[in-house]
Order: sequence, then structure tokens, then C-alpha cells
Amino acid sequence: MDAVAIHRLHFAFTVTFHYIFPQLTMGLALLLVILKTLAWRTGNEHYNQAARFWARIFGINFALGVVTGIPMEFQFGTNWAQFSRAAGGVIGQTLAMEGIFSFFLESSFLGLFLFGEKRLGPKGHWFAALMVFLGSWLSGYLIVATNAWMQHPVGYTLGPNREIQLSSLRALLFNTWALWQYVHNMNGAVITACFVMAGIGAFYLLSGWHEAYGRTFLRVGVIPGVLATILQVLPLGDAQGRLVALYQPATLAAMEGLFETRQGAPMAILGQPDQEKRRLDNPLVIPRMLSFLTYRRWKAEVKGLDSFPPEDWPDRIPLLYYSYHVMVGLGTIFMAVMLVAAYLLWRGKLYRSRGMLWALMLCLPLPYIANTAGWISAEVGRQPWIIYGLMRTPAGVSPQVSAGNAWFTMIGFMGLYTVLGILFLFLVYREIERGPEPGAQS
Amino acid sequence: METIWYCLVAMMIATYVLLDGFDLGVGIVHLTVARSDDERRQVLNSIGPVWDGNEVWLLAAGGTLYFAYPALYASAFSGFYLPLMIVLWLLILRGISIEFRGHVQSPVWTPLWDALFCLSSFLLAVFYGAALGNVVRGVPLDASGYFFEPLWTDFRLGRETGILDWYTILIGLAAFFALTEHGALWLVVKNTGAVQQRARQIARQVWWGVVALTAVVTWSTFRVQPQAPANLAAHYWGYIFPALALAALFSLKWFLARPMTERDDRRAFLSSCGYLLGMLASVAFGLYPYVLPSSTSPSYSLTVHNAKAGEYGLRIGLVWWTIGMALATAYFVGVYRYFGGKVSTKADHQGY
Ligand code: HDD
Ligand code: HEM
Ligand code: HEM
Repeated sequence: MDAVAIHRLHFAFTVTFHYIFPQLTMGLALLLVILKTLAWRTGNEHYNQAARFWARIFGINFALGVVTGIPMEFQFGTNWAQFSRAAGGVIGQTLAMEGIFSFFLESSFLGLFLFGEKRLGPKGHWFAALMVFLGSWLSGYLIVATNAWMQHPVGYTLGPNREIQLSSLRALLFNTWALWQYVHNMNGAVITACFVMAGIGAFYLLSGWHEAYGRTFLRVGVIPGVLATILQVLPLGDAQGRLVALYQPATLAAMEGLFETRQGAPMAILGQPDQEKRRLDNPLVIPRMLSFLTYRRWKAEVKGLDSFPPEDWPDRIPLLYYSYHVMVGLGTIFMAVMLVAAYLLWRGKLYRSRGMLWALMLCLPLPYIANTAGWISAEVGRQPWIIYGLMRTPAGVSPQVSAGNAWFTMIGFMGLYTVLGILFLFLVYREIERGPEPGAQS
Repeated sequence: METIWYCLVAMMIATYVLLDGFDLGVGIVHLTVARSDDERRQVLNSIGPVWDGNEVWLLAAGGTLYFAYPALYASAFSGFYLPLMIVLWLLILRGISIEFRGHVQSPVWTPLWDALFCLSSFLLAVFYGAALGNVVRGVPLDASGYFFEPLWTDFRLGRETGILDWYTILIGLAAFFALTEHGALWLVVKNTGAVQQRARQIARQVWWGVVALTAVVTWSTFRVQPQAPANLAAHYWGYIFPALALAALFSLKWFLARPMTERDDRRAFLSSCGYLLGMLASVAFGLYPYVLPSSTSPSYSLTVHNAKAGEYGLRIGLVWWTIGMALATAYFVGVYRYFGGKVSTKADHQGY
């Protein structure tokens, strides 16, 4: 592998691992606010106890989010020095804002939330939860805005030596791409948290542990969950897709496995892209659907990959195609699962339908896969550009860091992260086993 | 404008050193001051609610450096590739040892994390010092504006320098002593009983090391980086900073030597803050306008002028930076007040 490939893998590996944690943090922060609000409104200690349980899981998860997040920030400089030199004046703004506006907020109030419940009182503790939620959602916005600028650069001018200079902070912060990407992404985080909460609730009911809490978790997971899974597809996923069609047409074609430009383009449900023969093998398609979804007209023309020179094609088309299809496929499944669960909940049957409880429990890891697949679609789809249309990925890497040195640190990260992953699962499982009322295992 | 940002970034880094410095120092002395499990928990509780927030100063300072001097960020971070990655690994190990220790009660689990916490804190202090030493000494920047340093070559100063040579190791040691002192004093402020006694003992002994290294480091820095004496000669007011460090060092001794009251404890800790601040400000003063001197040729050096970002970004940045910092300061004052006072010996294990 050449240096560029290894730097890419280095970044991809570390960020993918990092994002396992924030997606739960951000989603759970919302559900914690819901639990604390229920506790405050009903005065029922049961909800406080439930919130304390989730706060312990949150704490473990957050700690891993923090320690794996710091390397991300460093890697812009260490592995992508030329990119940083060119674009630091722009994306440095949002990255620095993230530290200053949201990480300070989040870490300060998290300390209060986790260590200060007794002295804060119910209202104060609720407020601390709210601030943790705001901090983590603000941090999500600023990092997504950073990424959105790489997907769709705005608010800059090119100097005499083609150096990139910020010309409008407002344009950078209110990038259309950032707004849509943000809501889709955060909603994805909420989906993760809802499935985790409902899944653990289902696990408790199926095992006969902490059943009262199991029922609460199911309710607090399924009700927001059904909303979030529907919104994720319509309007959010649809809007994201149309942005891609508008600003990154080559990416859209590759995501959909569309090699030829067509009027009334079909949407592929299944099929394997064959890049050499430029066709989709074993296709199962819905005729004209892609044209309709993209342009709201059944006969509209959608550009295929043949409309673009091959050097502008994303360079890993199969990976892009599959990750996109995995995301969309899982999104459809989530909607179905949550709708059925919500229906059963409404009819008062959910707690006894063992089949549904099994399904919810087994779905627990899937949103992680969907979120990761979504990011892989976005990032691989951005190729071959590190800043879309402005700078090619190989031009962004650190010129003096050899492939050997990058290999060394990547192996280091892989080893360390394997250990972290095992510890994380071990500790979280212990918390789940201990349950919301330690010592009261029934 | 670029000078303002130089001062602001230096201030943020100094704040980071003052705050995360004491929790690193606490890590260094952890195994020595606390012998039993209860004592160790007590030590960890005295940084538990704040250490993560302290570390955010590193990120905030890094982010600010990134947008104000992108060329510096690019060049320094890729050039110091290996030591930075090691720093990251150490930060990861340290973070999880603090957070994970309390989750399982077992004679295998807790000592393991205690030892890791101590080791990673120690190595971080030395690496931070060595990093500072590298910046002061200069790095082999060439016309492309980039460089790459191996971890070590022959430990001598010269053209083919590594990250570690006698000078940077010296600064690393100085950082180790200074942060040990700082952390021990924090523990004196936050604790009672045996832990406090031992921490005070350490602070008294380590003070001599700090004095000795301060002298050696100052002497050698004047030889290694000619810009420092030149700046002092040009602006006499710059002597304020070393004078502050010196004064703080002696007031520290004064408070330590007395049969200490709670008030003196706090003053001793503040003196240590003053010392660190004075030393860092002296470095910042001595280096200006360089942000990364080149050891190849002065004309390749990065300065505040040739490494800065566009004018508009720096101006608009000043607006939100001021607002953000005011907010952050408010949170910190709030949190430190809220968790002020001694940690209780009977650890009430809430949350985590
Ligand atoms: C639970 C997670 C989840 C689910 C169920 C979905 N998505 Fe998604 N999607 C994400 C999580 C996600 C994400 C992780 O949040 C991404 C990655 C980058 C981003 O901004 O959001 C994303 C990106 C993303 C993109 C942008 C790709 C690019 O920028 O190149 C498109 C077009 C879609 N999604 C479309 C959809 C559609 C049509 C879905 C309908 C089923 C869908 N997503 C379900
Ligand atoms: C957490 C979600 C994310 C995931 C899973 C993810 C995934 C990836 C992947 C798979 C690559 C490699 C692309 C390739 O080799 O084809 C990559 C590259 C990269 N991503 Fe992301 N990414 C995420 C978020 C971000 C964000 C928020 C940013 C910016 C702030 C970002 C910046 C980059 C950069 C700079 C590269 C390297 C250059 C490149 O290959 O284009 N990523 N990421
Ligand atoms: C290149 C990509 C990324 C960088 C540079 C980055 C940077 C960081 C850093 C430095 C931290 C530690 C903060 C602390 O000390 O409190 C962190 C945590 C966090 N990150 Fe990331 N991150 C990246 C990707 C993402 C993405 C894609 C998201 C979500 C949209 C995200 C959301 C968060 C959140 C909410 C936290 C708080 C801690 C946690 O949730 O566990 N990050 N990140």
C-alpha cells in the first residue's frame, strides 16, 4: 500500500471506531433528558433510578468517546498536513468552536450530572442533563459542519497562490449541506439510542430480570424510536439523497450502481456492481424509481457514471455501493420493526410478545452498522476529493510521514482499540447485569 | 492581529498546563502518596469531576492553533508525528485508567489501573516537556515548510536532531519535577490525613529538584536559542516573566516551610501556578516572533507572520473566541467552586 492509502485507512479506522461512542452519547443524552423529565413531572423515583442506570452506561461510553476523539483532532495535522495547511483557516474555525463552545459545556455539566445529583436537587440535576444534551448536540453540529464543508465547500475565496481563505463564517456555519446532514445524522444517533434502550429492556423481560425497568426502557425506546425511524427515511434520507444528486452527481451514480445515463432510471434493490464490465449483475430493480426520487419526475434523466471521466469516479465503487445499500436496507427494516413494536405497545401486548422482544433485542447492534455504513457512503462517495472539487485526496497527505511510520501507528491504534473494545463490552455487560437497582436482582 | 493570537494561544496552552498539570502530577505521585485502596480512591476523587474538563483545554488550544496558524499546525503535527501519536496513546491509557478503575473491585483490576495511571502520567509529563524543548531548540524545517524528526539520533544537538537529545530530555525532566510539585500541592489542598501528609512531604523534597533544574534549564536555553537573550536585551520589561517565576518559586518555599494552615496550602498551590505561568510566559516571550524556529536556516523558520491564516478568519475568530472563552471560564469557576473543599474520606460513590 502506498502512503496515501495507509493514511486513508488510518483515518477511516480511527474515526469509525470513534463514532461508535458519540452516536450513543448523543442519542442517549436526549433519552436521559426524557427520563429526567418524566422523573420530575411524575415525582416517581423509578424514573430517577432508571436515569441513574443509563447515566452509568453513558459515563463509560463517554469516556471512550473522549479518549478516541482526541486522536481525531490530532490526525488532521499529523496525517493530513497539506490539507490542514490549505484548509485549516476554514475548518479550523468549526473545530476550534467545537472545543470552545461544546466540549467545555459538555464536560463541565457532565461532571455535575454524574457526581452532583445529591447536592443539585431534582431541578438542578434535570438542568445538568439538559446541558449535557445541548453540549453534545452542539458538538455534533460543529463536526458535521466541518465535514459538510469538505463535501460541499462554501464561504471561501482562493488567494493568488490558490490558498483557501475563509470569507464568510455565516456561509460556513449555515451550509445547506451541513443542515441536512446534521438532522439526518443526529436522528441516526437517536435511532441507535432507542434501539439500545429498547433492546436492553427486551433483554430484561426475556431474562426475567428487573422487569419493571425493562418495561420502562421498552416504552422510552419504542415511542421516540418509531418517530425517528420514520423521519430518517422521509424526509431526511430523501433530502440527503437529493443533495448528493445535485452537488455530487458522480457519487450518486456510483452509490446507485448506475453506469449508464438514462431517462427513467431504475432504483437497484439488489445487485452487484461490476466495475470492469460497467454493469450491475443480477439486478433487482424498481423501474423509474431513481428518476422519481431524485427529480420528482418518472422520466427525468439521471446521469450515470459514463457521463464522468473515470478519474472523477469515486475510487472504491463496490464499497460505496454496498455501504449505501446496507444503510438504506437497514433503515427500511428499522421502520418495520419499530412500527410493529409501537403497534403492540399501543395494544398493550408488547411486554408479552416474546417474538417481538427477541427481535428488538437482536436488532440492538444494527443501528451501529447503519450509521457506520452511512458515513462510509458519505466519505468514500466524496472521493477522489478530500475537499470536493477543490483538492484531491492524495494532495492532502503529510509529505514527510512515510508509509512505514503510518503503518506503525495504525497497528498501535488497532491493538489499543481492540483492548478498549473488549473492556467496553465487559464493563457495559457488568452494568447491565447489575441493573438499575444494584443488589436487588430478582 | 497575529500577535494577539500568539498571546491568546500561549495563554490557552498555559491554562492547559496549569489545570491538566495538576492532575498529571497527581498521577505521578499516586502510588507514593496513597497506599490503601481507600486512599487511592480518595486521590482519584480529588480529580474525578474535573480532569476531563482540564483536558478539553488541550483540544481548545489545539483547535485555536489550527485555525489561527494552519501552516504551523500542519508542519509541527506532521513533523512530530511519532511523539504525538505516543502522547495520544498515553492520553488514552490515562483516561481509561481513571474512569475504569472504580468499576470492578478486585485485587487484580485496581492495582493494574493504578499503575497504568501513574506510568502514563509520568511519561506524559516528560513528553510534554520534551515537546516544548523541541520547539525552543528548533527543528530541521526546510524550504518546503515541513520536516520529520525520528525519536532520537545520537542525543546531541546538531543538524540531524531527534525528538530526544540532551537538551529536550533536560526540559522533560524539568517538566516532570515541576508537575510533580504541582500535583502534590493540589493533593495537599484537597486532602486530609495520611495522604495530605505524604503529599506535603513530597512537595518539600521535590522543591529542591525544581530549583536545581530551573537553574540548569535557564542556563542551557540561553545557549540553545539565541532569540531568547536577544528579546530580553531588546525589551527589558520581559524580565518580568522570569522574575515572576522566581518569586513564585520562593514564595512556594516560604509557604511550604511553615506549619501549614489550609490557607497556606492554597497559597502554596497558587505559587506553583505562578511558577509555571512565569516559566511558560518566559518561553513565549523569548521565542516571539518565531512559532517554530528552523535549525537548518533561520529563513525557513515559521513565524507568526508566515504561518497565520487569512485576515478575515482571524478577525471574526476574535469575536466568537471571546464569547466562548467567557462562557468556558464561567463553567470552570462554577465547577471548581461546586467541587471545592476537601474530598471526603468516605468516598460516596455516585454516578460512575
Ligand atoms: C441509523 C442510521 C441511518 C439510517 C437508518 C439511514 N441513514 Fe442515511 N446516513 C446516516 C445514517 C442512517 C449517517 C450516518 O448519519 C450519514 C452518514 C453521513 C451523514 O451525514 O449521515 C448518512 C448519510 C446518508 C446520505 C449521504 C451520503 C453522501 O453524502 O454521499 C444519503 C443519501 C442517505 N444517508 C440516505 C438515506 C436513506 C435514503 C435512508 C433510508 C432508508 C437512510 N439514509 C437511512
Ligand atoms: C464518524 C463518522 C465518520 C466515518 C465512519 C468516516 C469514515 C471515513 C472513511 C471510511 C474514510 C476513508 C475514505 C476512503 O479511503 O475512501 C474517511 C476519510 C476521511 N474522513 Fe471521514 N468519516 C467520518 C467522519 C468524518 C468527519 C466528521 C470528518 C471531518 C471533520 C472526516 C474527515 C475525513 C478525512 C479528512 C478523511 C481522509 C481523507 C480522505 O480519505 O478523504 N470524517 N472517513
Ligand atoms: C474527524 C472527525 C472527528 C473529530 C476530529 C472528533 C473530535 C472529538 C474529540 C476531540 C472528542 C473528545 C471531546 C472531549 O474531550 O470531551 C470527541 C468526542 C465527541 N465526538 Fe467526535 N470527532 C470526530 C467525529 C465525530 C462525529 C462524526 C461525531 C458526531 C456527529 C462526533 C461527536 C462527538 C461527541 C458528541 C463527542 C462527546 C463525547 C462522546 O460523545 O463520547 N465526533 N470528538
